[in-house]
Amino acid sequence: MKILLPALSPTMETGNLLKWLVKEGDSVVSGDILAEIETDKATMELESPDDGKVEKILVKEGTENISVNTEIALLKVDGEEIEELPEKPIEKSPQVSSNESEPLSSELNISMNSLLNQTKENLGEKNWSEKEISMREALNQAIEEEMNLDKDVFLLGEEVAEYDGAYKVTQGLLDKFGSKRVLDTPISEHGFTGLAIGAAMAGLKPICEFMTFNFSMQAIDQIVNSAAKSLYMSGGEINVPIVFRGPNGAAARVGAQHSQCFISWFSHIPGLIVIAPSNARDAKGLLKSSIRNPNPVVFLEHELLYKEKTNVPEENDFLIPIGKGNLIKEGKDVTIIGFSMSVQRILNTLPSIEKLGISPDIIDLRSIKPLDEELIYNSVKKTNRVVIVEDGFGSTSFGSHLSYLIQSNCFDFLDSEIIKVSGKDVPMPYAENLEKLALPNTDEIVSAVKKVSYIN
Amino acid sequence: MNKKNKNNFTNDQLLKFYEKMFLIRKFEEKAAQLYGAGKIGGFCHLYIGQEAVVIGILSSINSEDTVITAYRDHGHILARGVDPKLVMSELTGRKDGISKGKGGSMHMFSKANRFYGGHGIVGAQVPLGVGIGFAHKYRSEKKISRVYLGDGAMSNGQVFEAFNLASLWELPVLFIIENNKYGMGTSIGRSAAGGELYERATVFGIKGEKVDGMNFFNVSESAIRAREYIEKNSKPYIIEMDTYRFRGHSMSDPGLYRTKDEVNKMKEIDPVLMMKEALLNDYKIQEDTIKDIESDIKRQIKDVEKFSLESQLPDLKELYTEVYL
Repeated sequence: MKILLPALSPTMETGNLLKWLVKEGDSVVSGDILAEIETDKATMELESPDDGKVEKILVKEGTENISVNTEIALLKVDGEEIEELPEKPIEKSPQVSSNESEPLSSELNISMNSLLNQTKENLGEKNWSEKEISMREALNQAIEEEMNLDKDVFLLGEEVAEYDGAYKVTQGLLDKFGSKRVLDTPISEHGFTGLAIGAAMAGLKPICEFMTFNFSMQAIDQIVNSAAKSLYMSGGEINVPIVFRGPNGAAARVGAQHSQCFISWFSHIPGLIVIAPSNARDAKGLLKSSIRNPNPVVFLEHELLYKEKTNVPEENDFLIPIGKGNLIKEGKDVTIIGFSMSVQRILNTLPSIEKLGISPDIIDLRSIKPLDEELIYNSVKKTNRVVIVEDGFGSTSFGSHLSYLIQSNCFDFLDSEIIKVSGKDVPMPYAENLEKLALPNTDEIVSAVKKVSYIN
Repeated sequence: MNKKNKNNFTNDQLLKFYEKMFLIRKFEEKAAQLYGAGKIGGFCHLYIGQEAVVIGILSSINSEDTVITAYRDHGHILARGVDPKLVMSELTGRKDGISKGKGGSMHMFSKANRFYGGHGIVGAQVPLGVGIGFAHKYRSEKKISRVYLGDGAMSNGQVFEAFNLASLWELPVLFIIENNKYGMGTSIGRSAAGGELYERATVFGIKGEKVDGMNFFNVSESAIRAREYIEKNSKPYIIEMDTYRFRGHSMSDPGLYRTKDEVNKMKEIDPVLMMKEALLNDYKIQEDTIKDIESDIKRQIKDVEKFSLESQLPDLKELYTEVYL
């Protein structure tokens, strides 16, 4: 029997083999622990699927980036023929990903990292000492640095402390700051969100994690009616310095109730700031700015981006201002606007677009509310054509509002209709092919670019 | 029904409490009048009949302690010592209102007086108040967060989540149910299953009791007992106040859900009158002394009315201020 590297989470594509707990020739029974596997989120134990004898270990311990479904060992089960063995153990799997979904930019020639390196000068950033880390680590650093700087900052949410975070974003923070400042809550969003907002009214600076933003709907009244409106209806007396953060949007095949983008919901509300970073660097700089901001901030992350790496400054002072977008690629023919995951989708289409002889401006909004209108309008006035890409449902969406803003501010500059590529107006389906179809894809983005450019 | 206070308040202290109760009564009567005259708009929930609750609790509060309540908040913000002129000007929607005319009857706040509102969504103030208690504990402050809620909120889910968190994290919170028997027009018997309302918190390990909320002395004793319990045990506590509102849910409530007889019967135990009788009979305070206080309040209310009507409407530029800090 072949022992394969199993998928241990919805988003796991590869894993690391930390340790074998058996050796060749050992007898095992079903359920015995064979090995420790490190996923993108946690260290998991691999159990023996049957009774038998460990015939051969095919992947050495310490091997990293092994694709899901790679054969890692052979088990001789009683009454079963021995399968043919490969010549020697595989040190590293040649194929990084067996997933059929569209590759992220890190797997393409156009890396987010190099784009960000190019834009640093435009943004007037200073020369930071940098390290390439994942968005997950970047968010963790941002929280740790701000908690070190300000004792009023504390973190609460489901599984943020002892479990190390459902998505590992808060890993290690309990050990560093203790249970007074890193609190596991019951599964009680309405209650703990209200509690966090009350603590903010009394002057603390909570970071309120939603395991995913789908669960924030349980607490939407507190976010909208208590957090967003108190400053105004108290005539400036009560401000609410809080950050609501967690993954937003569709992850990978987790179904309708766990796959929704809430950017259009939160950006509708006066009094809320809404942030949606697309990369590790922005995630860190913007989360730090959000924690220091005296207003309620809805900080929307994306699970599929957590493992994506860019260079990230290590200094405490590294802040990205709220309300500033980033022109991550400068062109001249069309303005393509995205945020969070849709920036990656746009980058995936770039080779196809460039093959058409079109050179696009690509804008990563980063901040949804407030919006960097100047950056958008300057680009549109240059290119005269606009494509907006958003993962959320298209009906009454943020993209709809954005296209309204552009037509009312740049009407005389537009040479074409504005096209919006949105998520389809259906609850997210589970089947792999249908889920893919429900989200904006490369063909749709390329078609939109062709249409606004009058290319058949 | 009246009894000697066991809390050793001096006559001067008691007169101060009476003065506050009388102020709230007269303020609310004036608000009703101004509402009828079209000077106050929107929703306006009067506190008439429940004065012994907020002033009884006040008798146990240190000035640093915090208070939060729902939308029937005029009495609460007055009890915390905010100038009645600023409160009435908020009701008339003027620039001198405590929220600059941008909050209205249901949304009044004063950080300086440790009053955190003023919240319009039934039950929402309860997790918020638990969060304020969290902040007190986090900062090792010796403060208690007083959280008021109505009988209507006691069937609201987030309230139970808040009870759980307050007890689980041992937060210094006093929950005060103002059970005035009706959640808008629905009587408690038609909305709440089971036994007493406060017992719904005891299942979370929160100790509590039910008190005659029409009697200042009973409320005060219970409030002081609760404070001592919270200070000693660092745990939350709950008091259910048996009380009654003499007016409708809001100004636009025709009150068809209860009989005149019922209301009149409750008026026989009017908390303001009972307090006055106690001062006269049990404490032998001179009637003239009380009359002087009442006359002062009546004069003050006239000034309050004048101020709140002469204050200007907010500047139009205020529309876009204070959305963000």
